[in-house]
Amino acid sequence: MASRAGKIGAIAAACGVGLLIIGSLGFLLPHANVANLTAADLAALRFTLLQAALSAAASCILAIPLARALFRARFWGSGALVRLISAPFILPSLAAVVGLLAIFGRGGVLNDALTAVGAPQISIFGLGGVVLAHVFLNLPLATRMLMNGWADIPTERFRLAQSLSFGRWAMFVHLEWPLLRALLPSAFAVIFLVCLTSFSVALILGGGPRATTIELGIYQSLRFEFDLGRAANLAMMQTALCFMATLVMAAVWQPSGFGTGLDRKVLLRAAWLDGCIIVLATLFFALPLAAIAARGMAGLVDLPNGFWMAAGRSIFIAMTSAFLAVWAALMLAMARARGAGVWVDLAAMLPLGTSSLALGVGAFLALRPVMPPQNAALTLAVFFNAAMALPFVYRLLLPNCRAVETGYSRLMASLGMSGWAKLNIVFLPRLAPILGFSLGLSAAMAMGDFGVIALFGAADQPTLPILAALLMGAYQMQAAASVTLWLVLIAFALFWLFDYLGGRDVGA
Amino acid sequence: MLVLDHIKLSLDSYSLTADFSINAGTRVAVMGPSGAGKSSLLSAIAGFIAPTSGGIWLDGQNLTARDPAQRPVSVLFQDQNLFPHLTLLQNVVLGLTAGRRATAAQLAQADAALAKVGLAGFSGRKPAQVSGGQMGRAALARVLLQARPILLLDEPFAALDSDLRHQMLDLVVQVAAQTNATILMVTHDDRDAVRFATHVIDVDHGVAQPPRST
Repeated sequence: MASRAGKIGAIAAACGVGLLIIGSLGFLLPHANVANLTAADLAALRFTLLQAALSAAASCILAIPLARALFRARFWGSGALVRLISAPFILPSLAAVVGLLAIFGRGGVLNDALTAVGAPQISIFGLGGVVLAHVFLNLPLATRMLMNGWADIPTERFRLAQSLSFGRWAMFVHLEWPLLRALLPSAFAVIFLVCLTSFSVALILGGGPRATTIELGIYQSLRFEFDLGRAANLAMMQTALCFMATLVMAAVWQPSGFGTGLDRKVLLRAAWLDGCIIVLATLFFALPLAAIAARGMAGLVDLPNGFWMAAGRSIFIAMTSAFLAVWAALMLAMARARGAGVWVDLAAMLPLGTSSLALGVGAFLALRPVMPPQNAALTLAVFFNAAMALPFVYRLLLPNCRAVETGYSRLMASLGMSGWAKLNIVFLPRLAPILGFSLGLSAAMAMGDFGVIALFGAADQPTLPILAALLMGAYQMQAAASVTLWLVLIAFALFWLFDYLGGRDVGA
Repeated sequence: MLVLDHIKLSLDSYSLTADFSINAGTRVAVMGPSGAGKSSLLSAIAGFIAPTSGGIWLDGQNLTARDPAQRPVSVLFQDQNLFPHLTLLQNVVLGLTAGRRATAAQLAQADAALAKVGLAGFSGRKPAQVSGGQMGRAALARVLLQARPILLLDEPFAALDSDLRHQMLDLVVQVAAQTNATILMVTHDDRDAVRFATHVIDVDHGVAQPPRST
């Protein structure tokens, strides 16, 4: 029997999300008008779809050999390698771009090498660069999803295949293909959805009429053209797109097994090809990270004006939005695990159906008659970041809440625990590791967010990513590199801190 | 006296009726083939499932509409009787506090209960740090503290070997004697039933028969 307090918490969380999202979008409607869509808007739509599809496809295709190689090859340091390739999960996307520019950019390592051998330079700007950055950021996710799938194949099945002397092809057809067919649509859909709302990657590597995403278009139309009608149109277009993509994702979603199960002993011969793939992947992920460190190190203590205030603001946004997101997700997941209806899923997934800049335009239009929107930028950043993290955290918490509920609901009921006692004595301690991970993930995601503060042009109160971008815009590359390195260090530190605190006292 | 007054349970694929009474302090073995509804009968008495008709009474009080915690019933489940992240003492004291802050007196009572079941000195351990038999004892210590007139055992010792199981059953008898509790225990084992119970309820073909003496 669900406690009343728990139900109220879940309803409060659902109403909060609903109000924030539907409220913000509601203010777009009077300003949006399909008849006013321009060729530039349609070009943005086309580019958004194209880059998202290419990024998702490339990430999925590359993840197949990488996940397979990582699964088969057990060597000294392979655990550390899996952790290294997971790093882009929580890497602020601005930092990823800075790292990639150092390798693939105009004065980057690769082009220097090409020039040295007399080959023509490559350009990282435009479609190719955007896709490259998205692959860098999302290949780890796809790889992780597939690796979990591989680890979920029962050991016996591999042994059976080996005892039947399956060749490579038979192994692929009978073991791997069914797995890929089940998991790849999910991986593609989630990466496609994430790339639809890409902003900072497009801001730096894209731009111009041929490489502007809708999200970037929203930013430009509000910041530079101050064309509210166009901003509202693009925001509605973005929302419609995300909404449809979310529906598609929900339809194809296959929950990948949650046990990580990386320690099972399957002895599969790793081919030399696996070794090559692993070396290439390591270079692809490690070099940009190393470049961020190398470039930022020089000015690490010689910090630009306003650095500490910006860092403080970023940390404040990261911490508060992380706690808000995790609280809301926990209330919703607990209610759902106790049998509350599908409205809980809808509330938790609602933020996926739009983007933070689309919401930002709505909030801008809502606030403008009442107050200068810049004054609310910090508060809105907290709420929007919390909303954007909510669907992911909810997905992480729900299976764990269900496990606690099935394991202990009768014991809790027969002991007569109140809702408060259930939360304090059972749910929080049982869920501590996943709560810590979720807090860390949301905090790191929020650290790297440009979002609504950039949109509202609160340049006098920048966060760390905005400060880094402003410095880059002013060609203060050394200072920008140092700020970026600090941004990465703080994001990683927050993630590590929460993850550590959550896992510290696991009772069994 | 526990009275099951014409109760009917409607479950997914079958229904179960029961109409009998059990005297206070009786030890009853509930027996029958798997899937016959033995556990469901206990769940109905504990309040986890509601009967579609009929009533459950204890000493003239109607329990039928009460929540599990409001019933004078303690339960030992097949597993998950202890929270793995709490110490044995913290687990046992929950029987008194239901999760509110424990007083020093309550903690002392819980400690004494642990000593009574042979777990003196184990109060600071977590369930994973003790054996299966010791986990069962800790759960019994909580039952002892709750001191409720009805104790339901849903095969809590099924995973233990027969020697250990017999020890546990003897301990249950001892614990129940202190509070004159009525016990219903699900079991598959005739010898367990004989060793432990004064009466048997047979559950089969949708009916829980009135208790017969062993």
